[in-house]
Parts: sequence; C-alpha cells; structure tokens
Amino acid sequence: MTYPTSLDVERIRKDFPVLSRELPGGRPLVYLDSGNSSQKPTPVVETVREHLAMHYSNVGRAMHALGAESTEAYESARDKVAAFIGAPSRDEVIFTKNASEALNLVAHAFGPHLWGSSGEGADPRFALGPGDEIVISEMEHHSNIVPWQLLVQRTGATLKWFGVTEEGRLDLSNLDELVTERTKIVSIAHQSNVLGTVNPVADVLRRAREVGALVMLDASQSVPHHPVDMAGLGVDFVAFTGHKMLGPSGIGVLWGRGELLDAMPPFLGGGEMIEAVWMDHSTYAPIPHKFEAGTPPIVEAIGLGAAVDYLQGIGMDAIEAHERELTAYALEALREVPTLRLIGPDTLDRRGATLSFTLEGIHPHDVGQILDDSFGIAVRVGHHCARPLHLRFGIPATTRASFYLYNTTGEIDALVRGLHHVQKVFA
Amino acid sequence: MIGESMYQELILEHYKHPQGRGLREPYDAEVHHVNPTCGDEITLRVKVGDAGRIEDVSYDGQGCSISQAAASVLHELTAGSTVEETLSVVDEFTRLMQGRGQVEADEDVLGDAVAFAGVAKFPARVKCALLSWMAYKDAVVRSASR
Ligand SMILES: Cc1ncc(COP(=O)(O)O)c(C=O)c1O
Repeated sequence: MTYPTSLDVERIRKDFPVLSRELPGGRPLVYLDSGNSSQKPTPVVETVREHLAMHYSNVGRAMHALGAESTEAYESARDKVAAFIGAPSRDEVIFTKNASEALNLVAHAFGPHLWGSSGEGADPRFALGPGDEIVISEMEHHSNIVPWQLLVQRTGATLKWFGVTEEGRLDLSNLDELVTERTKIVSIAHQSNVLGTVNPVADVLRRAREVGALVMLDASQSVPHHPVDMAGLGVDFVAFTGHKMLGPSGIGVLWGRGELLDAMPPFLGGGEMIEAVWMDHSTYAPIPHKFEAGTPPIVEAIGLGAAVDYLQGIGMDAIEAHERELTAYALEALREVPTLRLIGPDTLDRRGATLSFTLEGIHPHDVGQILDDSFGIAVRVGHHCARPLHLRFGIPATTRASFYLYNTTGEIDALVRGLHHVQKVFA
Repeated sequence: MIGESMYQELILEHYKHPQGRGLREPYDAEVHHVNPTCGDEITLRVKVGDAGRIEDVSYDGQGCSISQAAASVLHELTAGSTVEETLSVVDEFTRLMQGRGQVEADEDVLGDAVAFAGVAKFPARVKCALLSWMAYKDAVVRSASR
C-alpha cells in the first residue's frame, strides 16, 4: 500500500542516481540512513564538477579571472545559505568544516578572555571560569557534549544537563533550577538524531533570556528537514552540517547573531582571517572571514549552495509534509513488528522522520547486517554518537531508520519485511 | 543474500544456547574487555589446573550474535586442553579472522570455530568475533603471572 504524498517522489528519485543502483548480489538499494548522511542529487554533483573543471581557483586572494569567479561562487553560496535559513545578515553565516567545528568554534569563544591585540575587546558574556555553568542535555550528539566538556576542563566551569523523559522528550521539569544566573550558555539539539524529538526551543529560550544566558542550537537534524528561520527562532547560535542536507561533506555552517560574532575572539588563526599582521600581534578581519582561517572548503561550499537551491526548488514545506507522511506510515507499520520497542515519541507530535528501536534478544548489529546483506536496506546501528542517551534508556545500541525527501512508503514496507526476516533468523 | 553465510547455523545455535555461560568460582584470573565502537563487552574468568590444563572458562557479557557465539565456542574448545594447546587455537583463529576472507581455515586446529570463517569478510565484525578470544588470551597471561 502506498499513501498519497505531496511530493513527486518518483521524479525526485531520478535526481539521485545512487538510488537506482544495484548492490552486489543484485540487491536494490533501500537507503534509510539520511540522518547519518544524505545522498546527493545530480545538480549538486554537476555544480561541484563544473566548478572544479572550469572555474576553480583560490578565493579572496587571487587577482585574476578565475579567482574572481571562484570568490563569486563561494560568496554567493553564502548568500544562498543565508536566505535559506532566514539569517538577518549574510555575514552571520560562517562556513566551517561541519557541525562539530561550528560547535567547537562557539565553545572556544568562552574562557578567561585574555584575547584581543592588547586584551581589550573582551566581552563579559563570554567570560567563563569557576562558578559559571553551561547547560546541555542528555540527548545530545557527542559533538554537542565533548566540546563543552573540554571547555569546562579548560576553565573550571561546571557542565549541567537536562534529562530525558521516558517518552524521549527533554525533561524541563527542573528548567528553573538548571538554567540560572550562573548559566552562560545553553546548547541543545533542535531535533534529536536518535529520538526524532523536536525540542521546545521557545521554553528554553524564555528561561535563558530571564537569566541572561546565551542559547545555541545544534540544528544538524532540523535544518535539512524543516523550514527553519534564524530570526524567528530567536536564539544566538545555530550549527548545522552540509552533508546531511544533500550537500558535500566537509562543509558546515555556524550562524550567529552578528553582534555576538563581532564580540567573540577568533577561533583558528591563519590567512584570510586577518586585517593586518605585525610580528607581535594582529588585527582581525570582520565577520564572516574572521572565523574562516586558511583556504576554505571552496567547492564544498559551492556544492552546499546548489543543495540549498535544490531543496528550495522542491520546497521545505513540501519536504516536511512528505517526511511527516512517511513518519506516520512508519510508526504504524513498526507497531506490527513483535517485540519492537521504539525509543522516542510514538506519535507525530513534535517529532521528525528518525525512528530508533530495539528488537528483543537481537543485537542491532545483527539487525543491520542482515537488513543490508539480505535486502540492501541501509540503516544505522549502534549508539549514533549519543552514548549517554542510550545509557539513559539502559540499552547499548539501537537500530535507526531515518527518512528524507526521496524515501517512499514502499521502502518502509521493505524495512518491515526485513525486520520480520531478521526475527526468523534468530527465532 | 551474501551475508547470511556469516550467520552459520552453528553460530546461531551457540548464540541461542550458549555453552558455559555465567561466571563461576574458583578462578585464577578475571578480565573485562569491551569493544568501544559497538558496546559489546565480556567478563571472562579462567581456572588453570594441574599440568597446565584448563579446568574452566566462565564468562558473562552482552553483544551481538557473533561476539556471544564466539565466547560459547571458545568455552567448548578450551575445556580439558592445555594452556599451550588453546593458545595455538587462539592464534589460528586470530589468523583466520584477520585474513580478510583470503585465509584457508585449518579445521583440524579450529574445530567448530571454522564456522566463523565467513565473518572475516566483514571487517566491522571481526572484532566482535575476537572479543572473547582476546579476553581469554589476556586472562591466561594474567593467571600465569600470578
Ligand atoms: C544532532 C547532530 N549533531 C551533530 C552532528 C555532527 O555532524 P558532523 O559530523 O557533520 O560534524 C550530527 C551528525 O552526525 C548530528 O546528528
């Protein structure tokens, strides 16, 4: 049975050559691992190829035709990303290597602020030491945990976190005790990469504003799947990553409020991030370049620009609606698999198209292996870089299916058939 | 269906009906090994008797079918053999597992453990098969140095 869907998925699938590829042994590919990394449509591949073949040079510093073309293409990718996320200014879009780097960049802005050419320019909002606190949550990806652990180790500050309810929601029951005048920043996932949960940003933001704390969102799993608007969200920093949104790997984005980015110290030092350099000190370029030391991932950024064009061509509203239909279908279909335990919300309420689960008595590695080997179904198995969350639920690992614009209800049927087969093997 | 060759009947049998599972006394050495990438873990004890004969290998742990079945097969293969004999089996098993599917298994040495030959073709799963065997080797070394 196929549900009617608002997207012409068959046409979309033709834009992704890999989806019609056969795996060894004649297995068709059923790709249900976009939460890990998405596939790339032809326009992205072609844009990257065309740039490398015909327009490539370094950006910013080359005074010739190719340098100008490359710079133009790179900077217009920034314009596209800025428009895509509703950034008030294009200069607030910092290109990084990935979401992890964007999170690390912000974490590195905090400290005993001894930076600046002569110590000036330090902003108290980024002053961090013993007695100060940072708040994250138990559902975070390791990329939104470890940078903060390293920061508190460097500074003597304290790391605190929201718990997660049995249903897989952020536990806000102790919001007021957790986020206090001591809190300098709250950094949480917009959407969980395991549970699929979409977090109540406004509630957290309200409390953070009451106490004067900054708020960062790890939007790695939300920006690819929903219309997301920086001005509308009202937070201070947002990180996401190109490879999960049809773009190449090696390119990520930090969006930050311009006034904060201006107040922050540089992250990495090098070419392009400077204004002037003397032997004993330097002054820095204005944002965004202040945070883009060295030759950036040029074609990767341009590829991300093409991905954003592609997503906008389809429409983020339509993509969100399609994923919602898939999620509804999958929640229903998985309910019929005996002993399947869903880890995360079991209704469509505030959740995205990521479904993680366990099967009683069968290790996720065995599930993933048999799904792949027997049916060409690609899911992710393990702790999905969210070990603390799995510890919270008392399980070492889960199997995760995650959907995107090119997935179909037929593929969910294949998954369910595959799971029944797995259970037969281990019966 | 290339992969089901990995899930040999014998492996599934050992997974569903593990031999010698559970930690027992007495023992000479106990070790705890984990596979950090997938969270598989095993606690393993050895008791070495007179003339270097293995009296018991007891274990407990959690993990995928490959790691659990490998522990069960290990228990069977070591029972009643000398430490020296078992270590040569461990070496042969390790050679097979690390052979990327190119190594011919010596069935005379490996006995039931040849059923794992198919696992060698899956680099991500080799460490599952080796987990308990490496733990055993470690435990034997520690028991000797007591
Ligand atoms: C929620 C979340 N945060 C951060 C990341 C890290 O992304 P990247 O590996 O591209 O830095 C991921 C993806 O793995 C993710 O799902």
